[in-house]
Amino acid sequence: MFRNQYDTDVTTWSPAGRLHQVEYAMEAVKQGSAAIGLRSKTHVVLATVNKASSELLSHQKKLFKIDNHIGIAMAGLTADGRVLSRYMRSECINHNFVYESPLPVGRLVVKVADKAQVCTQRSWKRPYGVGLLVAGTDETGPHLYQNCPSGNYFEYQAFAIGSRSQAAKTYLERKYGTFMECTKEELIRHALFAVKESLQEEELTSSNCGLAVVGIDDKFEIVDQKKLQAYIDSLEDATKEEPAAAEEDQPAHVEAGALLVRESSGGVEIPADGDGPAPMET
Amino acid sequence: MTGKQPYVGQALDSPHAFTLAPGPTKHTQYPYVTGTSVLGIKYKDGVLIAADTAGSYGSTVRYKSVERLKPCGKHCLIGASGEISDFQQILTYVDKLILNDYMWDDGNNLSPRDIHNYLTRVMYNKRNNFDPLWNTLVIGGVKNGEKYLGVVTMIGVQFEDNHVASGFGNHLARPIFRDEWHENMTLEEGTQLLEKALTVLYYRDRSAINKVQVANITAEGINISEPYALKTNWEYKAFKNPTAGAVGSW
Repeated sequence: MFRNQYDTDVTTWSPAGRLHQVEYAMEAVKQGSAAIGLRSKTHVVLATVNKASSELLSHQKKLFKIDNHIGIAMAGLTADGRVLSRYMRSECINHNFVYESPLPVGRLVVKVADKAQVCTQRSWKRPYGVGLLVAGTDETGPHLYQNCPSGNYFEYQAFAIGSRSQAAKTYLERKYGTFMECTKEELIRHALFAVKESLQEEELTSSNCGLAVVGIDDKFEIVDQKKLQAYIDSLEDATKEEPAAAEEDQPAHVEAGALLVRESSGGVEIPADGDGPAPMET
Repeated sequence: MTGKQPYVGQALDSPHAFTLAPGPTKHTQYPYVTGTSVLGIKYKDGVLIAADTAGSYGSTVRYKSVERLKPCGKHCLIGASGEISDFQQILTYVDKLILNDYMWDDGNNLSPRDIHNYLTRVMYNKRNNFDPLWNTLVIGGVKNGEKYLGVVTMIGVQFEDNHVASGFGNHLARPIFRDEWHENMTLEEGTQLLEKALTVLYYRDRSAINKVQVANITAEGINISEPYALKTNWEYKAFKNPTAGAVGSW
């Protein structure tokens, strides 16, 4: 990613048809510490790598509860993430006030994506520098989405964003076939293994990672440190995975880089009856 | 709802140069064409809601084929008493909601509970602005196996129950329901109960007519019957020579 004469303004196209400022915003997401998400038929688990730049510093909060049925993990400019999570909480609570029922995850994700898109088309704004993994449940089951600074959103079975996310992604790619049938505990273990991959040589403790779970009939909960340590200790009993070699991320495109098991963007798991929705154009 | 009021120009030397013209009154002060009671009960397979098809213009029974029960989406039915034009307005609001769901096409659909709460917000909000929709709404439906039956009034009062009624139905039908309603009635039992209440209403409510519709909402869908007449009996001895015991012109 080199400087060029078309990257000063977010509203300037490059001759190659790219908005460099938007891509630079996605770079900011890649520089942030990793966030990982994966889902089964009943639950969605979010895990984060909490890197503190010094021993004296407490860890940044990267997991946010949005509503009883939705939570997010962020990577990138966490300040931008806080603003977005405040917006998401507001939308959820407004919907609840009018309808007394939870806002479907997919619809919230689109609201956030539309908000992000506005910032890519105004000369006096800048794109949000945060990527979100949105985990939630609604009438149609558990879902995991990613929101990009570009205004794109994708649904995933499992995904990782942020620095050294490729290592986690490689682990997820290997194992995702089994995720749908996993129990809550198995899913949590997979998430922690994926975090381990991103941490590479560092030891996994309850102070350098975060974990949250949401499921059908299971309110979104950020797992507290004691329980988290217990989960980590239980990993020792499971077989160890070989750490995957860290790979260079692909140069950024307007859509995010190397993707994992992308479902029809904008679509949702189809219910048993009826056809699925038409995939939106990317 | 607030538009710009037109300015009426006057002679520049008059003390009222450029005053606001009085705009049209946009507040519903009183109803004109009204529907009478709506009745609703839960039964084994779902919800039954009934109403007659009369639209009264004050004391005149002016319109006799007014459909006061309308389906909204696949899971929900709304019945209204009160001002018919306000009911039609409410239907446009709900229609927009249903259309929104249809356009999303993401497997998420509004439940009867969602619609009930939405309408409560609308009714209460308009009441607070002294511009009510002059209706009492009965909302019923079945979604994900859950039977739902509730009421919203023109001032935004909201509640749910196993059997509900609006207007005169509250005074004449509810006592019958309290005595004779029980859990898991069959379709036949439920329909009979509603018809008994509707007959009493026809005898005693001057705005009611003998042309009724009964709507059945189950997990399979919504079915609104064609209008039909109730069996009535006018052969009671007391009906012959009704003024026998009350001579005079009063």
